[in-house]
Amino acid sequence: MVLELQKPRPIWQIMFSTHHTDIGLLYTITSIAFFFMGGALALGIRAELFLPGTQIIADSMTFNRMFTVHGTTLIFLFLLPFASGVGNYFVPIMIRYKDMAYPKLNAIAFWMIPPGGALIWLGMADFTWYATPPYSAIRAPGPAADMWIFALKILGVSSVLGAINFIVTILKCKHPDLPLSKIPLLAWSFLTSSMIVLVAIPSFAAALVMLLTDRLGVTGFFDPTKGGDPIAYQHLFWFTFHPEVYVLVIPAIGMMYEIIPRFSRKPIFSHSSGVFAFVVLSIVSFSSWAHHMYATGMSFTEKTVFMIGTLAAVPASGMHVFNFIATMWGGRIKFATPMMWSIGGIALFFSAGAGGVANAAMPFDFITHDSYWVVGHFHLFVMGTIAFGSIGFLYYMFPFITGRMYNETWGKVHFIMAFIGTVMVFFTQHVLGLYGMPRRVYDYMPLPEYIVMNQIASVGAMIIGASMVIWLINMIYSAGKGKEANMDDPWGLGGKYYFPHQAKNPHH
Amino acid sequence: MSGHSNWPEWIYVAVVICLLVYVGAEAWNVERLVEHTPAEAEVIKVTGQQWFWTFEHADGTKEIGELHLKKGKPYKFDITAKDVNHAFNIHDYVILQDAIVGRINTAWFVPDKAGEYTIQCREYCGLLHYNMRGILIVEE
Repeated sequence: MVLELQKPRPIWQIMFSTHHTDIGLLYTITSIAFFFMGGALALGIRAELFLPGTQIIADSMTFNRMFTVHGTTLIFLFLLPFASGVGNYFVPIMIRYKDMAYPKLNAIAFWMIPPGGALIWLGMADFTWYATPPYSAIRAPGPAADMWIFALKILGVSSVLGAINFIVTILKCKHPDLPLSKIPLLAWSFLTSSMIVLVAIPSFAAALVMLLTDRLGVTGFFDPTKGGDPIAYQHLFWFTFHPEVYVLVIPAIGMMYEIIPRFSRKPIFSHSSGVFAFVVLSIVSFSSWAHHMYATGMSFTEKTVFMIGTLAAVPASGMHVFNFIATMWGGRIKFATPMMWSIGGIALFFSAGAGGVANAAMPFDFITHDSYWVVGHFHLFVMGTIAFGSIGFLYYMFPFITGRMYNETWGKVHFIMAFIGTVMVFFTQHVLGLYGMPRRVYDYMPLPEYIVMNQIASVGAMIIGASMVIWLINMIYSAGKGKEANMDDPWGLGGKYYFPHQAKNPHH
Repeated sequence: MSGHSNWPEWIYVAVVICLLVYVGAEAWNVERLVEHTPAEAEVIKVTGQQWFWTFEHADGTKEIGELHLKKGKPYKFDITAKDVNHAFNIHDYVILQDAIVGRINTAWFVPDKAGEYTIQCREYCGLLHYNMRGILIVEE
């Protein structure tokens, strides 16, 4: 199962395989391809916002389509498939089983992603990633909007199939000698996040069908002129997508749990508190969805309830941060590339969480809601925490997949540039939000503070873009021509710390 | 568990919870005061549509894109929308409420400084969302 690229096989053997590492490879490569596509759109958006007025994008419709596809791509076609790729690689090995529980279902779940991605990219919908009615129901131009709805339907089914597969694999196929409490935290992260998917996705799946029939004109679920309620859509949407945030972040934290103890050359401070925090997060993730909707005219009581529900997620997240720091404390840390990405990710996770606490406080939310603060806040999660964890983990998997080492120096350059860029873009966007700049805007008022902040953010985005080009070259070059990895201990940590090589699943 | 004590972690969690309780209690208290609309506030009807704002004063006069108010007087906004969702925002006075078709949301404030302030839309509403602005003019 290791050395995917050292033993060359015809591509169709990988594409039509149902073996978990082949599917994992397909997931990983597909998600990275979409990462670069979505990232290119982000660079276009930042270039347009470098100065007020029209820069490189001719009209606001194109701009609106770009940020819609940017968000949809990076959430549904990068973060989720990447996590599935990692899960496919490691979950069966960690629970000591020969494959996923349902290999064919696994292949089907993967092959639903390319058609979903094609529908999103060929359609280029314009109604933002949360497609709020009445705009999405009565004004958004088709067929782009309808293609987006079908794409999300397909991707949602793919997520559910993947989640079922992970849950069954972990609960039913684990080695009988391995108690559930002892399986590694990466596998625990997939168990808890898959549970969230199963509970959360159906409400959005229902909302999508209702939105589609609304668009076809046969129903009026969300159309107030036909007696519908647009707020109902927002509840259904956020009931899925606030927990979905945890579906994204929990596997990323699981990946950090894999990397940090090994590169600190110490066991995890507390395995059981990591499990406890995962389970608590998966439950409280359902108590906070309406904090996205304070400004829709909610009553004081509703707002209070959802503020408490939101704050309730903080101690469990804090336990993870504590666990990471306590693990590193007194360890002989090796600052190799995967470790640097993980530590950077934890620092940004903490910053994002602190911003989230401020945001959850009701009066403050009315300053930040739908402003650039929110853009900066959630990008610190999705880029700063989840993408950082994922990129670090890809560096960690690299010798495992290819049998070769990436270039360590360029890996560190990649991290440093991306970290500086991320801080420049997303911390600045918090400040922009406090100045009152709305999000999802093609143009902004030529105030000096807006211009300066946008320019810092745009320069930061270009630094991130350059660092990702370095990454791509490093990955492609090293996969073919990098020096051979010492598979027992690629980073010279002292053999036993490199987990993946200890178990192998032969192709069957 | 590797045999060491978990006490530091629980102390840390307790500190975090104390901080959260403080943030939550303070937010609850401030929001309670902020939401208490004074009875004598004059009602302004605000309607958002693609892509401009209409204001109707208590005496029936209408303004489009501009809103003239008197300094030091409390005003209450009744906010709604005609076509799709918008969000009525005067950032300098922390007024932010979604304008939703078929609903009336309220917000209130007392303009305390004469001058011109930007009114903008904070909820994505289509093609010219970025340009859906108005001016609040506070007169002495």
